[in-house]
Amino acid sequence: MPIRLLAAAAPIALLLSGPVAAAPDPADWQAVLDEARGQTVYWYAWGGDERTNGYIDWAADSIDERFNIDLVHVKLGDTAEAVSRVLAEKQAGNDDQGNVDLIWINGENFATMKANGLLFGPWSEALPHYPLTDPENSPAVRFDWTIPVDGLESPWSSSQVVFYYDTALVDDHPRSMPELLDWVQANPGDFSYPRVPNFLGNAFITQALLELGEDTDQFYAPVEDADFDAATAPLWDFLDALHPHLWRSGRAFPANNSEVRQLMGDGEISIGLSFSTTEASGAIANFELPESVRSYVHEGGMIGNMSFLAIPYNAQHKAGAMVTANYLLSPEAQAKKHDPVVWGSNTVLSLDRLDEADRARFQDIDLGIATLPPEELGKVRGQPHPSWVDALEAAWQSRYVGN
Amino acid sequence: MNHRHHLELRHIRITLDDHCLVELDARVGPGEVLTVMGPSGSGKSTLLAFLAGFLSEAFDATGRVLLDGQDITPFPPEKRGMGLLFQDPLLFPHLSVAGNLRFGLPPASPDKAERVEQALAQIGLESFGDRDPDTLSGGQKARVALMRLLLSNPCAVLLDEPFSKLDTHLRHEMRQLVFDRLHDAGLPTLLVTHDHDDARDAGGQVIELS
Amino acid sequence: MMLRLAPVLIVTLLVGPILAGLVMAVLPAFGYLPVLGGTEFGLAPWRELFAQPGLARSVIVSFATGLVTTGVSLTVVLLFLAGMAGSRLDRWIRRLVSPLLSIPHAAAAFGLAFLIAPSGLLARLVSPGLTGWERPPDLLIVQDPWGLSLMAGMVIKEIPFLLLMSLAALPQLDPQRRVAMARSLGYRPTIAWMKTVAPALYPLIRLPVYAVIAYTSSVVDVALILGPTLPPVLSISVIEWFNDPDLERRYLASAGAILQLGVTAGALLTWWCLEKLTARLMACWIERGGRQRGERSLRLAGKGLILASTLTAFVGLGGLALNSVSGFWQFPAALPEGFTSIHWMRALPALAGPVTSTLTIAIGATFIALVLVLAALENEQRTGRQASKALWLLYLPLIVPQIAFLFGLVVIMESLGAGPRQWVVIFGHLLFVLPYVFLSLSEVYRRFDPRWSRLALSLGASRNGSFWRVRLPMLLAPILTAMAVGLAVSIGQYLPTQLLGAGRITTVTTEAVALASGGNRRVIGVWALVQATLPLFGFILAVGLPRLLWSNRRGMRGAP
Repeated sequence: MPIRLLAAAAPIALLLSGPVAAAPDPADWQAVLDEARGQTVYWYAWGGDERTNGYIDWAADSIDERFNIDLVHVKLGDTAEAVSRVLAEKQAGNDDQGNVDLIWINGENFATMKANGLLFGPWSEALPHYPLTDPENSPAVRFDWTIPVDGLESPWSSSQVVFYYDTALVDDHPRSMPELLDWVQANPGDFSYPRVPNFLGNAFITQALLELGEDTDQFYAPVEDADFDAATAPLWDFLDALHPHLWRSGRAFPANNSEVRQLMGDGEISIGLSFSTTEASGAIANFELPESVRSYVHEGGMIGNMSFLAIPYNAQHKAGAMVTANYLLSPEAQAKKHDPVVWGSNTVLSLDRLDEADRARFQDIDLGIATLPPEELGKVRGQPHPSWVDALEAAWQSRYVGN
Repeated sequence: MNHRHHLELRHIRITLDDHCLVELDARVGPGEVLTVMGPSGSGKSTLLAFLAGFLSEAFDATGRVLLDGQDITPFPPEKRGMGLLFQDPLLFPHLSVAGNLRFGLPPASPDKAERVEQALAQIGLESFGDRDPDTLSGGQKARVALMRLLLSNPCAVLLDEPFSKLDTHLRHEMRQLVFDRLHDAGLPTLLVTHDHDDARDAGGQVIELS
Repeated sequence: MMLRLAPVLIVTLLVGPILAGLVMAVLPAFGYLPVLGGTEFGLAPWRELFAQPGLARSVIVSFATGLVTTGVSLTVVLLFLAGMAGSRLDRWIRRLVSPLLSIPHAAAAFGLAFLIAPSGLLARLVSPGLTGWERPPDLLIVQDPWGLSLMAGMVIKEIPFLLLMSLAALPQLDPQRRVAMARSLGYRPTIAWMKTVAPALYPLIRLPVYAVIAYTSSVVDVALILGPTLPPVLSISVIEWFNDPDLERRYLASAGAILQLGVTAGALLTWWCLEKLTARLMACWIERGGRQRGERSLRLAGKGLILASTLTAFVGLGGLALNSVSGFWQFPAALPEGFTSIHWMRALPALAGPVTSTLTIAIGATFIALVLVLAALENEQRTGRQASKALWLLYLPLIVPQIAFLFGLVVIMESLGAGPRQWVVIFGHLLFVLPYVFLSLSEVYRRFDPRWSRLALSLGASRNGSFWRVRLPMLLAPILTAMAVGLAVSIGQYLPTQLLGAGRITTVTTEAVALASGGNRRVIGVWALVQATLPLFGFILAVGLPRLLWSNRRGMRGAP
């Protein structure tokens, strides 16, 4: 009898124990706006790039002015730090007072948070600006590295891998992975890619896998369904041949995108790569690269993906986070972001869905001297299933680390 | 300054690990000097530490110290009314000369500035109040230290070889000054030294420690 | 009464969080982490750990970095001290070395990296003239697989630390008399110092030496910049595993954190054995009675090495400064093509917030640490008791690697729902500030001539009065120095700030490290300089304030 009494009392006690705020419902947008007013939103986003940080500062000012929300950029060295933080909070039983309100996220981190129930939602498909991404016709908005988004994150930025090279040092750039191998063999020490598991390093070996593999469909299903060794054999042959001719003979790799850029700036390598199509132009403007640098892509397309904004399940300011995500999806904010002078990160909006005035915002942008025009970027190859990337990371490490 | 104080050391015995260092039984009247002599290591400093209240816990001490008939043995150092003069004048280096004298005055004394001025005049150091003590000569420092001691209104005084570091020609003069002052103030004094001249100038009874 | 509590308070404040944090790392290391479904104990994380590619190399490099760095730094410091004769060059070197202590490790590491890289300042100065290099040579110097550049970067920072610790301990040994005595027996001065002072000095600086071993065998920020990458040193692998998107790696990361603890303990144990061995060899060397041989070479080596390491650090910082105002700067140009203030102009508006929170936290932690340390030391004086043995635990935060307990500590702090972030971070910094403040102050405090306090008491001052009116002002200079050290330690903290502050607390150091991940050398130059300047202000104050206050007090110059 006492046990049953306790059981009945528990939910009541929960109700009494404090105002467990009902999660805001984006369908009633006015209510969300009202609730968001005066909130402080902690946005955990990678902080390693000054132009990105500058853009986020600009966005924070606009959001404060328009919605009376105080947006704070928590600068991360690695997005996984935010995932760790939410996990530590869940571990400690902090289910409604979380520190993280909004995360800049995609791929593996998203897959992890989704699989472990660390995300709030669905919410993103109800955002007023969401239809501008033309979700019916753009699968990139609905699938994050083949994982269904399911309304758990809002699209923010679109990126595609491009190579860049110094025209003063390279006469004719390669147009495919085999050509790259030939070129590197002829110019030893003049190319490198970031060390796996950095996301750009992962992108390079994934690009090679997609270019060299025969049946590419298998890469978009979980790796368990395929014969990993057979499917990746061409990749390892390629890398084994490539590594001895890389910068530092493949005994060291740059840590990330920025280090690649710095090696280019110092003249240590003459071909680099980036996840941003405007990287080279921006870096020239920032005195980091010589003016003779230009971009190029491989025939058959380059790998690309989209990055998103997600809200953790225990976020304290969900309404403010939604309003922020919606504003960042607006034509005004997206066009500002697209401008290489500001940041130069591609928009996720579908220009066809915009009205004349908004479309003009994008068409008027000068993309910079080293940026390829949209028509020359070629087709975008989708990211394989995250399980492939995990498996590739592990295999790469056991082949090339500590030897 | 004409209080008549007397100091009584009753059956003092200090031991370290069951080894007896000092054994003493003595009375010092107002203005008298008791000289304790002995080579280094004979327990002179231990005796002083015991009387002043700084004896380390490693020592065992029995006996009582009576000041004006009151047993001060259980009192902490600052409540004993025992003034100290060391080998070095130990003028506080962060205070001015006047600041050093003021340090000696009890907090409730009236007309502090005036009394400091008077005190400086008494030792022939008028207008030295604002000086950095480190700029004084050895003899001047010793005089300031003595005056600081007197201003603190002690009921008895302990002297720890206070003349040993002075130049020979100053030593006699300082002894005279110190003993006269202490005598005038009617303070019972215990002098610890290994210098026979000190004992002679002091003029009181002498106890030799071995 | 409050004073009595101070040592107890210090020990609980420091030991509690560390032990709790360690427990939270040990449990997952053996498979227990309910939030991820781990409810059964087992060895699976360890099997996974030992199957990691390159683990053996990681462990060896971490271990070797700890021992080699400490060995080299200590040798250089002892050689320099032995040959120090009070000449103008010696005094100049001493004055040059001290400010290096205040420069955060990361800033010094960036400076060194830019100096010695194949495309770095040195190569630029001699190219193409001497080398014929039109493009940087393809040499693996920075981030070399065996961690040599990492060790070099650490040596540059540890030499000032050990030197200042030694200089603080030396006066109580009365080295001049020892050397004079030995010289009268026919020993040359450097040999005399080595044979009569060094053996007595070592026990006094043993603790700082152990702290150096622990720190260098588990360092994170410097290893990120200068350390090997394939594989990185163990501490970095552990952080990467903790931050892996795959949460299952938490188990592996926890096991790695415990392994790091073991590696550090192993390095300490090995050092301890080497210590015994060296003592034996020294004893033989001393007994053999050689008086002359090696004098010149020892003295020159000491001066040369310390000068080289100090100049390296300064030139590296100069390189950073140059970078912070440079336009495009192509190899092999020795100077940038143009100068611009744009990097500073961009950073300045963003400086105010981080600088304020850096100072608030640093001053808060240092002040609390100072109060506790003074209370503990004063209590020691009043009770007349020797330092409580438990105070040894004070050095736990310096010996236990940060990554072994910090991740666990975050979980504990979360479950306590600990109040405002700023205070949590201040508390976290206190763990590291307190031992250093204690280390810098305790010797001076204990050596303070007891006659001053006795005199004050016999003049009728109370115990508190004697503390405030005599001890405190007379020890002002060393107290300010200890505060400057505390500030510098706090300002340099990265991991505790980032983890305990939930990333919401931005200090110049977290900002510098975040921007460092962006690799823009111009911006790094700006932030590293800011990061290096803040603690320098503390040291300038610590030196200048006493001079100003005691300008008319000759006895206060050359602190007691």
